[in-house]
Parts: sequence; structure tokens; C-alpha cells
Amino acid sequence: MKPFTYARPSEASEAVAALAADPDARFLAGGTNLLDHLKLGVVEPSQLVDVNRVTSTAIEDLPDGGLRIGAGVPNSDLAADPRVRERYPAVAAAILAGASGQLRNMASTGGNLLQRTRCVYFADPTTPCTKRDLSQGCSAREGWARYHAILGTAADGCIATHPSDLAVALVAVDAQVQVLGPDGARTIPIGELHRLPGDDPTRDTVLAHGDLITAVDLPAPTPAVRNSTYRKVRDRASYAFALVSAAVALEVRDGTVADVRIALGGVAHKPWRATVAEAALRGRPATDDEFRAAIAAELDAAEPVRSPLGGNTFKLPLVTGTVVSTLRGLAGGTA
Amino acid sequence: MARIRTTVDGLVYEDDVEPRMLLVQYLRERLGKTGTVIGCDTSNCGACTVHLDGLSVKSCSVLAVQANGSEVLTVEGLERDGQLHPVQQAFHDNHALQCGYCTPGMIMQSIDLLGDNPDPTEQEVREGIEGNLCRCTGYQNIVRAVQDAAQKMKPGATASQPASVAGGGA
Ligand SMILES: Cc1cc2nc3c(=O)[nH]c(=O)nc-3n(C[C@H](O)[C@H](O)[C@H](O)COP(=O)(O)OP(=O)(O)OC[C@H]3O[C@@H](n4cnc5c(N)ncnc54)[C@H](O)[C@@H]3O)c2cc1C
Ligand code: SF4
Ligand code: FES
Ligand code: FES
Repeated sequence: MKPFTYARPSEASEAVAALAADPDARFLAGGTNLLDHLKLGVVEPSQLVDVNRVTSTAIEDLPDGGLRIGAGVPNSDLAADPRVRERYPAVAAAILAGASGQLRNMASTGGNLLQRTRCVYFADPTTPCTKRDLSQGCSAREGWARYHAILGTAADGCIATHPSDLAVALVAVDAQVQVLGPDGARTIPIGELHRLPGDDPTRDTVLAHGDLITAVDLPAPTPAVRNSTYRKVRDRASYAFALVSAAVALEVRDGTVADVRIALGGVAHKPWRATVAEAALRGRPATDDEFRAAIAAELDAAEPVRSPLGGNTFKLPLVTGTVVSTLRGLAGGTA
Repeated sequence: MARIRTTVDGLVYEDDVEPRMLLVQYLRERLGKTGTVIGCDTSNCGACTVHLDGLSVKSCSVLAVQANGSEVLTVEGLERDGQLHPVQQAFHDNHALQCGYCTPGMIMQSIDLLGDNPDPTEQEVREGIEGNLCRCTGYQNIVRAVQDAAQKMKPGATASQPASVAGGGA
């Protein structure tokens, strides 16, 4: 690990100013993702600015019935909060489906959303990777692409997926991200926080250097959100990243879909809100055939990777099965 | 260099450390507390698990400077008056180790688990130690040991020592 300096400011504005003044400085929250990258040489910061004293660890009630989650709230506390479990079950379930007890104790809400991809080539500086260095090519396209994207990809370039389970659930419940930047505070809808790779895969999100996530707001839960869950499919039953995951919220009235939210993980460079499937389902009968047709419409645009070391065309039926069975379970049938 | 002050296994230490020094390196190389081991060094295996302010963490993915002002409990701080902690005793009684490399981390994570859930089912134990890898035992006896410890630590159980759960170092 290359040497760096360490600062632990007591004001959020100081932390933001420290980054603004040094393009090679990085925020440090729990460190569970960043420290691995320091050891691997994926990033080599000049300075770590510890944000633990400047980000709240409280989960507060908002006047409209929602919740404000401080960026410093540990993942374990967020998953255990009775209000979160009752009003936003998909959020609690998503956190518990990820990492392990020790990591969830240390990991923060803000850091979780900004964790980097688990693409094995990204984490290995001896292999070419466009996300690490724009001048290089992508090793995954002709390599091991099992965990990679099927939606929102370009003809070439990065096919990494975003690894956070929590982010997928937050996209399904329409969370709002509070950010403090060098030019002041702003709010970003979580669906617009992460971006598709486009021509700059080095950027995972729309945040600029020095932008600090201070909180995540959950809007008052709708009946669908109260009836939500998170389903994660992986290569082993626990302690693995998602091949495919789905945060699904559903309200059925008189056999008809009154409201539905579907966010997919493991399929794109960002948590993928399945807006095509949602639109196809609203007002339709809550049946398997409708569920299947809706997700098929969403996957029309999918472009799986066929690589010599094993591609990911298997994700098409996997997404379909996962979404259909999760919707069926929420509609009251057997998942 | 950064000055840090921590309480480790009940004793206060003050040291100057490089910001890049990991907590596990500080424990082993500065304090000589080699009971906490390094397996993977990449936050996967859980061998390096210690408690930071009462909660389990992987000490290979925490900087020593992040522990400044905090209390650290390692496997070396568990015994009391020459008596093993009930979880240590249960690992011994149930042959829950072969090479023993994963054991310090397994024990620290199990104590954290029992603090949250004093009477876990087999499935809950397996989920609670999902971040601790064992290459020898196949986990069977580890799960048994954790459940055995849970029984021994129940209030009213005839344990050979008071049923202290997460607060082993307090
Ligand atoms: C073995 C292992 C298994 C895992 N499995 C899963 C899994 O299955 N699912 C899953 O979702 N996650 C998983 N994780 C990832 C884990 O959830 C993340 O490492 C963690 O959430 C990151 O949070 P942190 O506070 O430690 O972030 P850090 O490592 O401190 O920071 C991560 C990034 O965010 C930036 N940052 C941190 N806080 C802020 C802020 N407030 N504002 C702006 N920038 C900030 C940092 O500069 C850094 O770039 C796993 C991790 C490991 C090591
Ligand atoms: S998929 Fe993205 S992160 Fe992985 S090697 Fe290609 S460019 Fe790098
Ligand atoms: S050595 Fe820390 S998790 Fe493996
Ligand atoms: S006993 Fe050898 S790794 Fe667990």
C-alpha cells in the first residue's frame, strides 16, 4: 500500500473542502471497499479524509412519514431498524442479503452506494480495464463475463455491474440522496445517482470529486412499498455477490396490479429500474402470464455477452424466473 | 505519523502509527497480540475478526487510525481468571477446529452473533458466521459448538463462569 496522509475533520464542509483542494484525496467511511482497493493498487490516494465524524449515524422520522438515513448509519443498524423492516422490507432484506456481519457492522450507508464494481479485472491492475484507465481495453468482453451486464451496454467498452444490493432496493422505493458539494447542497433521486458507462466508464455516478453523501431520504411508504421484498440469486446460498437480484414492490387490488416497482441488480452498470415492465403491468391482472410478458418486454433491449470464457446469456431466463416468482409471492401465491 | 490511543483487551495503548497501518498489523506487530491472525488480507476470510466498540469487524480492512479512541477486544482478551470464555470452551469441547487457523475469528464472530441472538437455530448460526471461512472442518462442529455455547450461556445454566456474552473485554 502506498503511503498517504489521514485527516479526520469535524465539519462536513471541511471534509468537502479537503477533497476539493486535492484531486488525489478520497473520503474514507467504513473502509471495507476502499482499503481493499488501496492494497490492490486500484486507487492510490494522496490523502484519506475520514468522514465518520461528519456524517450522521441517526435514522430520523421525516414529517411526511418517511425516514432520513444519515450517511454514516452502519449497514447492520439500517437492516435492524424496526421502522425500516416494517415500512421498507425490501431495504432491510437487501442489506442482509449482502456481505457478512463484520462487514455490515463497519460499512456505512454512503459507502455502500459508492462501492466499486466487483469485476475481477477491475480489481487486478495487471489486466487491462477501461474503467480503471480509459486508454486501456476491457478484459471482460473476451474473458470471464459471468457477473457482467446485459442491459444498458454499448457495442464496446465496460460491461461491469454495480454490486450494491442496498442501492437496488433504494431505487425501488424512490429514495433521494442528499449531497454536499463544493458549491453547496443538492438532492439527487437515487435512480439518477448511478450512471451507464457511456464514453466514460471511470465514473460510476454523477457525483463530482468532493461531493459528500450526507443522507438518504426514504419517502413515505406506499402500500406497494410496504409489500416489498428483495430476491438475490447467486452462485452459492450466502456470502456472494448477485448474479441477478430484484427489489420488487407490489399492490394488488381485486386481482389487478394497482402499483408495482421493479429494480434489478446484477444486470447493468447501475441498479436497473424496470420501467417498461412496470408500465406493462399497471392495471393488468396479477397473473403469471402478465408478469412473464412484462419482464419479456423489459428484456427486449438486453444484449448478453457471449465470451469465450463463459458469457451471461443465462441471465435472461434467470431474470425472468426471479421477477415472475417474486411478483407471484408478493401477490399472495407461492414464490 | 498519526497518534492513536486505543484500549485493547482492557489496557490503554498510545502509539504513533503510519496512516496506512492496518489494525491487524498494529495488534500483531506493535502490541505482539498474535492471537488475531491474517488469512486473506482482503476482507474475505474473517480470520482477523476482532470487536471494535463491541461489534465484530475484520481487522484487515480497518486502519489502526480508524480505531483511535475505540475499544478493541481480541481473542486474547476473552479468558477470565484463567477460565476460557464459554465460546472458547465450547469450541474445545466440540472439536470445532482442526488446523485452528480460522478459530480466533470464528470465536469472535460467534460471540457477536450470540450477543444479537442468544439462542440461534442451526441456520441462524450458519448465516451469522457466513463471513468466516474454514478450510478444514466442514463447519459441522463449529455450528455445534456455537449452539452448545448458547445453551451454556443461558441465564440459570450451570456454567463454570458468569454468562458474559459480547462484553468479554468490558
Ligand atoms: C467479502 C465482501 C463481500 C461483500 N458482499 C457484498 C454483497 O453481497 N452485497 C453488497 O451490496 N455489498 C457487499 N460488499 C461490499 C460492502 O457492502 C461495501 O464494501 C460497503 O458497503 C462499503 O461501505 P464503506 O462505508 O466501508 O465504504 P468505504 O470503503 O469507506 O468507501 C467506499 C467508497 O465510497 C466513498 N465514500 C464513502 N462514504 C462516502 C460519502 N459519505 N460520500 C461520498 N463518498 C463516500 C469512498 O471514497 C470510497 O470510494 C462486500 C464486501 C466484502 C469485502
Ligand atoms: S467490464 Fe468494465 S470493469 Fe470489467 S474489465 Fe471491462 S472495463 Fe474493466
Ligand atoms: S484476513 Fe481479514 S478477512 Fe481474511
Ligand atoms: S480449522 Fe483449519 S481453517 Fe478452520
